[in-house]
Amino acid sequence: MEIPYTISTRPDTGLWNAKVGIWLFLASEVMLFGGLFSAYIFLRIDAAPGMWPHGLLNVPVGTMNTAILILSSVTVVLAWASLKMRRYRAYWWYMLATILCGVIFLTVKLAYEWPQKFEHFGAYIKPEALGKYEKYLGNERRTEKGLEPRIEITGHLHSQNAKEYEVALDPVNAEPDNPAMDRPHFFPLPVTDKIATIEKEDVERATMFLPTHSAYFASYFTITGLHGMHVLGGVLVFIYMWLPVSKRLYQRNPEHLANRVEVSGLFWHFVDLIWIFVFPLFYLL
Amino acid sequence: MDASTSVETHHEPHEHDAAHEHHELGWWRKYIFSTDHKVIGIQYGITGLLFLLIGFSLMMLMRWQLAYPGQALPVIGKWLPHIFGPGSMPDGKMTPDFYNSLGAMHGTIMIFLGVVPLAFAAFGNFVVPLQIGAPDMTFPKVNMASYWALFVGASIMVTSFFVPGGAAKSGWTSYVPLAAISDTGQGYNPIFNGQTLWLIGFIFLITSSLLGAINFITTIIQLRAKGLTWMRLPFFVWSQFVTAFLLVLAFPPLEAAIIMQLMDRVAHTSFFMPSGLIVNGTPLSISGGGSPLLWQHLFWFLGHPEVYVLILPAFGIVAEILANNSRKPLWGYKSLVFSVLVIGFLSFIVWAHHMWMTGMGSAVSAFFQTTTLLISIPSVIILSAFFISLWGGSIRFNVPMLFTIAFLPMFGIGGLTGIPLAFNSADLYLHDTYYIIAHFHYIVAPGTIFGLFAGIYYWFPKATGRKMNDFWGKVHFWPTLICMNVIFLPMFLQGMVGMHRRWYDGGQGWNVANEHTIWGLTGFQWNHPISWAAWIMGLAQIPFIINFFWSIKHGEKVNDNPWEATTLEWTAPSPPPHGNFLTPPVAYRGPYEYSLPGRERDYTMQNEPVEPAERSRRKPAAEPVLVSH
Ligand code: HEM
Ligand SMILES: [Cu+2]
Repeated sequence: MEIPYTISTRPDTGLWNAKVGIWLFLASEVMLFGGLFSAYIFLRIDAAPGMWPHGLLNVPVGTMNTAILILSSVTVVLAWASLKMRRYRAYWWYMLATILCGVIFLTVKLAYEWPQKFEHFGAYIKPEALGKYEKYLGNERRTEKGLEPRIEITGHLHSQNAKEYEVALDPVNAEPDNPAMDRPHFFPLPVTDKIATIEKEDVERATMFLPTHSAYFASYFTITGLHGMHVLGGVLVFIYMWLPVSKRLYQRNPEHLANRVEVSGLFWHFVDLIWIFVFPLFYLL
Repeated sequence: MDASTSVETHHEPHEHDAAHEHHELGWWRKYIFSTDHKVIGIQYGITGLLFLLIGFSLMMLMRWQLAYPGQALPVIGKWLPHIFGPGSMPDGKMTPDFYNSLGAMHGTIMIFLGVVPLAFAAFGNFVVPLQIGAPDMTFPKVNMASYWALFVGASIMVTSFFVPGGAAKSGWTSYVPLAAISDTGQGYNPIFNGQTLWLIGFIFLITSSLLGAINFITTIIQLRAKGLTWMRLPFFVWSQFVTAFLLVLAFPPLEAAIIMQLMDRVAHTSFFMPSGLIVNGTPLSISGGGSPLLWQHLFWFLGHPEVYVLILPAFGIVAEILANNSRKPLWGYKSLVFSVLVIGFLSFIVWAHHMWMTGMGSAVSAFFQTTTLLISIPSVIILSAFFISLWGGSIRFNVPMLFTIAFLPMFGIGGLTGIPLAFNSADLYLHDTYYIIAHFHYIVAPGTIFGLFAGIYYWFPKATGRKMNDFWGKVHFWPTLICMNVIFLPMFLQGMVGMHRRWYDGGQGWNVANEHTIWGLTGFQWNHPISWAAWIMGLAQIPFIINFFWSIKHGEKVNDNPWEATTLEWTAPSPPPHGNFLTPPVAYRGPYEYSLPGRERDYTMQNEPVEPAERSRRKPAAEPVLVSH
């Protein structure tokens, strides 16, 4: 028994089956990420003053990753076009490029961006102790200027004992009154050598930049994690289509392979599109 | 080895490979890991029925506690602790935690493991490809994956009863922050605890539904038989089509919410945890800043479409059986189709009517009150069309038809009692009382479940070539109908005196449940007849179970079209072979051509060509023909 229209199109709908399937799947994916993004909006609107951090992510690295993903969306189209023109070698190279782009993206995310966060430290100061740390927070000036208050001191955790934390400060906390620190920087500034001592008594909560740190990092890790899983899934599918098994399919029925690449390419564009939303929401805004 | 021989023997490419591969399917591939939509449909069906029974049994236990709070359950009470652990029913007396587990899991199991697998997946899988004249689903392997995802999810849900602390306890809605902090701390495993397993199991159930729904929609779009245009589709196909869209679009936001609750529980994030939360007198050391309301929005964004997932397949089944047994075309086919499409659309913008108590502003609540009232219009159209379809029919009262006819007023009661809930002023009083329980159970129990029974009796001959026994069918029907009403009608009254739906003691310790009498009994006392009716209804299912299994082997043998129906599934052999039809069917006419004038038989099947004489009779010229001869 044969299922009709797996490869050829059905005349009255003009579609083959997997194409309908993938669009429906993408519709469900839109709703999945839609749910997560609406959670982001909800949490951000609800956040208490000073509770939604800015400028903690590495914008140049994020920009580079964005470019890599966009590039891979181009190469996957070229791969598909090569198949349509029955140029298997070109297809093979374009597919390899797509796979590499995906791998680079994931590597940057998992081996660089995430671990960097895990090593960064932040301590939320209790409301009643904020005055004591004014020299790191600069809230007097901020209130005057109508800016959100700072309630967290961040940097690298040098050492700690039962009573206090020693933190090598981030530039924001090292020179809190410097107007240049009012906006996040494009190129992240390295940690300064200025050390602050924070008494544990004055600290409401102190953690590394983990999902537990704040609603911001909770959504950052959840959304980029889920997105990363999609990238990984796409890469695995592409590897399968690039391996010799798929060459055999190509020799039997090139159109079948082209259809498969088209469908997974659509998925890949979607993954790319999601990133286009993730990037500004977390890195820029 | 197989591949090499096939390359040698077949010179024309591969098209034939597939056809040759499954000559010799082993037993496992044929009955367990099958890709045949009919086998998968039956797998779904058995699974769904099994879980309906399990979910019903949980509820029968709860009914003991509600009618006889704090008393030891006779006979089985002694051995239940051996199954569910010592914390469940020490000395046969139910603990509050166990009661809560039963409640939460009753809802979850009935909806997501009972009705959805049976109404959507089983009937959809078995019937839809046959009705549209397709050889199978578009993606048979995905179809199989969908069933096994359900299987894994269901196994996780069942397992959760047996971990330390027992199954989830926060209601089928798993409202946060209660759900996020329950089953944590001492005595609970960080992963293998009720609530966390509930979440993980759910991810599999959602995956299963998504795979299934995508498959259904693609199949209906792509594999309709030649000549089977959209307006010639049986109404059942339409209802499954809309249902599948609801699942595709509404389930993922819940999946997002479930991922977030899982993060809250496992990674200790605060998506749903407000700042300053204090549990048992100690402030939680979490970041806070989350929003409990967010969960409710995401949950009901699924939750409301989900209730239509529960009812639309039943509409479809009822429509088929109604036309078949009144021997006349379904009244208002087009309005039915448009109504079901409108329901599908509107069901995405009414969700906040479950949240009146959260105190949304008047503008927002005006919006949701309006949309909620709007959505009752197409529901009323559908129900009215069904009633009118009966008018002037020559009705056959066989078992499927009995269940179908009973469905109509039962659904009517459920739907009409929803109208007061659409107004937030009335709902503030009725919210979370037994009135709500009665409202939606009238729709899903004597409503949907009756539709499902009707469908089982109706399509059983197609699946097995045999009919279920009529007499025992009636023995099943009448007590079930009576018990349903004894169970749910008094709940409206209990709700109106103010009895809360989650009370553990059945209202024994609450004034409102004991002060007034309604028809001679207090709210609390009404629990007795309700519980007894529930247990008797349990007994009334025994004839069904026996009839079902007995008839597979010993039922009366019937031909391919025992009900003298018109739609394409009845042109296939019973049971249909792999690939379904001996020759690909062609449809020449609409789905309900009963009692066509000038015909010998009172039914004309969709694959019977239109005769020239008929054509002139059916299509009178729109304007008088003035041409002279
Ligand atoms: C026809 C018009 C309907 C209207 C106006 C309506 C209205 C409502 C409203 C406003 C509520 C929330 C009540 C509360 O929690 O305080 C509700 C609850 C519910 N309705 Fe309906 N409904 C209708 C039909 C249906 C249908 C067709 C179904 C299912 C197939 C359904 C199933 C449910 C369920 C399951 C709940 C309770 C959920 C829970 O809190 O556990 N309703 N209905
Ligand atoms: Cu609703």
